Amino acid sequence: MSGFGIGMDPLWAGLCSGASAIRPITAFDPSGFVTTVAATILPEQLDIRSVVPKNYRKATKVMARDIEIAVAAAAAAVASAGLTTRATAEGVAPTIAPERVGCHIGAGLIPADSDELASAMLNCRDADGGFDPGEWGRAGMNNLTPLWLLKYLPNMLACHVTIIHDCQGPSNTLTCAESSGALSIGESMRVIRRGDADACLSGGGESKVSYMGLLRQTFANRLAAVPVGADGISAVRPFDPRATGTVLGEGGAILITEGFDSAKSRGAKAFAELAGFAASQCACIDTVGVDLSDAAPDIAAAIENALENAKMNASEIDAIIPLGSGILNVDAVEAKALRLVFGDRLPKIPLITLAPQIGICGAGSSALAAAVAAQCIHEQKLPARLTTSGSAALGVDADARPSCSAKISSVLVTTTGMGGQSAAIILRRPA
Amino acid sequence: MSARNDRSPSERVVVSGMGWVTPLGHDLETVWAALMRGASGMAPITRFDARTFPTSFAAEVKNFDVNVLLKDPTAHAHAGINSQFALGAAVQAWRQAGLDVKTARNMRRVGIYLGAGEGVIDTPNYLAANLKAWDAQTGKTDGAKWAEIGLRILNSAGEIEQEPNMPLAHIAREFGARGPAYNCLTACAASTQAIGEAVSILRHGEADVMIAGGAHTMIHVLGVTGFNRLTALSTSKEDPCKASRPFDLTRGGFVMGEGAGMVILETLEHARARGAKPLAELIGFGSSADSYRITDIEPTGRGAAAAMLQALSQAGIDPHARGADGRPLVDYISAHGTGTKENDSIETLAVKRVFGELAREIPMSSVKSMLGHLIAAAGAVEFITCVMAIHRGMLPPTINYSNPDPECDLDYVANTPRAARVRTCLSNSFGFGGQNDTVCVTAFDE
Repeated sequence: MSGFGIGMDPLWAGLCSGASAIRPITAFDPSGFVTTVAATILPEQLDIRSVVPKNYRKATKVMARDIEIAVAAAAAAVASAGLTTRATAEGVAPTIAPERVGCHIGAGLIPADSDELASAMLNCRDADGGFDPGEWGRAGMNNLTPLWLLKYLPNMLACHVTIIHDCQGPSNTLTCAESSGALSIGESMRVIRRGDADACLSGGGESKVSYMGLLRQTFANRLAAVPVGADGISAVRPFDPRATGTVLGEGGAILITEGFDSAKSRGAKAFAELAGFAASQCACIDTVGVDLSDAAPDIAAAIENALENAKMNASEIDAIIPLGSGILNVDAVEAKALRLVFGDRLPKIPLITLAPQIGICGAGSSALAAAVAAQCIHEQKLPARLTTSGSAALGVDADARPSCSAKISSVLVTTTGMGGQSAAIILRRPA
Repeated sequence: MSARNDRSPSERVVVSGMGWVTPLGHDLETVWAALMRGASGMAPITRFDARTFPTSFAAEVKNFDVNVLLKDPTAHAHAGINSQFALGAAVQAWRQAGLDVKTARNMRRVGIYLGAGEGVIDTPNYLAANLKAWDAQTGKTDGAKWAEIGLRILNSAGEIEQEPNMPLAHIAREFGARGPAYNCLTACAASTQAIGEAVSILRHGEADVMIAGGAHTMIHVLGVTGFNRLTALSTSKEDPCKASRPFDLTRGGFVMGEGAGMVILETLEHARARGAKPLAELIGFGSSADSYRITDIEPTGRGAAAAMLQALSQAGIDPHARGADGRPLVDYISAHGTGTKENDSIETLAVKRVFGELAREIPMSSVKSMLGHLIAAAGAVEFITCVMAIHRGMLPPTINYSNPDPECDLDYVANTPRAARVRTCLSNSFGFGGQNDTVCVTAFDE
């Protein structure tokens, strides 16, 4: 689920054609923030009621945007994998027994809807116009729907997805900023390998296109300045030495991760094999992981451990999808980490940078990266890159260029989120 | 022979340190002694003026200062309350385990898996921004005004601290841990899940040591609001200490608690190599989803039973078998036992579904009757009570139990602690949204 629409087809078409989903934010007036653009999902791209089974439409009322993203991505993933679930055919036996299907979905901090909260509190103001808890406790809180809290619990992404598709196996919600999606895929791999599930719905989703989302990213100095009317696409330039910050996106991805035997026995078509995974924690000068300047060895450790897990050498990696946010100090530390692993070969390995096209989608970003990596392997093609020039200065190949065919056996997805959790996934061509 | 003994020392996972910060104290012995007295941590809420709220009491952590425990408090100067709780519990566990940079050997092999909650929002300023930016004419928030006010009155460090992975970042900083690092947030099941998955990471050889547990408070305006609207909290107007009544016929909802529980887990191989003394061994973990409804628990207990069965199966324990002494192989169950109508009867049903006839012979209590519900942190704290029960040969009681409920007909260790031989325990946690997690822990035996 991305600013290009539901499913891999519109995303892949957009990425290859060099389009961008970055556009002015229209859901609210963003003019008071440092940025006024994001790779948003347009109302016509996502009608959540049409995505869920008819008997589940009522529940869409308690879905925050982040939940909608995960639910839409899961529907697309289930269709793409050719799975029958409770949602695709009520009363028909599911392809995989529900108790053998797990679900791991990365999520962010979901802010309450300001309109909903403020309108409920209008009669609970003190003399200064601030909040009066006395009146709120007495009566005001009854203006909120009883299920209000359930719109905003991070595990509600996985909760709705497990209910819709009847996944009764191990289920988890990882909340490690941009690494959440990759960590979720890693956890699914571990759960399948230890025999607790045959398949998992894995990934992540988030929208930070909200007042609190923009505010927190502003406070963390991560956003490129894009005033009203300025071009948002050229504002985000991953690995460009003149990069000034990132642009946010709404989106996420769910991958059907499946044990080899399960996939083989049902004749499933594999897009890619999840060959290796590892995670690490970065040293953070500021404790909280906004400043990751010292983190290169830790990011490199995750990549090296993922290669070891895959029993592969760095020389076998044909393309890399890093976070590639356009936040200069984060790009620089990613480039440094890649240099530690790939050495002199690094400038010859194409980087795939998604931010200028779909923005940085928080907990969804590394799941989207994994989905795109699988698609690159499947299509033997690299998507276009936009906006960046001069990336050689950071020692990487990330300059703008059109989409091209390429021989791709293995792709590395690497990510480091705010907070310092790092994860690496190796995807390779299925045997 | 149980399955665990078939595992190699690199796949056996032991507990070597424990710590907690709870409404009944901030160290192992103080809290355990309070649990053995059947004490209650409940009192009127002091964090905000809750006098008019349907629920005006909770079990708050009292008189806790994390700075006295830290190497370098300035590194954690902006730590939010969850991070403070997490650090406090983790330092205790780390010390008990006797770990330092030298004994841990390789900090890249020391990972962290927490189930920590979202931080506490800056309620007065956040709500003031929402209210002051309201445009009565359009009936909507004025975005530009919201941005202007929000950026001015909200605090940068405080906002970043609300991210749920911040307790993890603080712990990593304090101990220099560089291994695999995760935070999960599956509501009330989170820290049990964190402990279970940490075991899995150790068994898979991705780390030698894992710091695992959880930290959470939801004792704030929007937290109490949210649970009050869901009618999940006790709204008792009587003595707050009597409000949490798990398994009692008159139970009326849970009481919020807060705090943290942290454990040090390591492979037996690593523990032996550094001469550490294992406190207990983790032998099973099960996780399932109800996939039923967003608000209700699956009424037959299918999901909860699945988690328990999976944990027992991993532990190599047949729930219907008896040991050589004629007793069930599980000696104690730390119940999720929230004190809501639905949870306690369905958990009882699930335990009966798993253990059949033997269910009545297995004592099961809820320390939430004394500590309140620590939400994401509950599982880790309850896991620690299991290890303490194993060591002390005492079972913590379910207090406030006086009216038997025909739907809750097991042995809940009513009101007073009980001496017992305790070798093997299950600890259950079930979260809103249908996540069910169970861990199985047993006395360490070479």
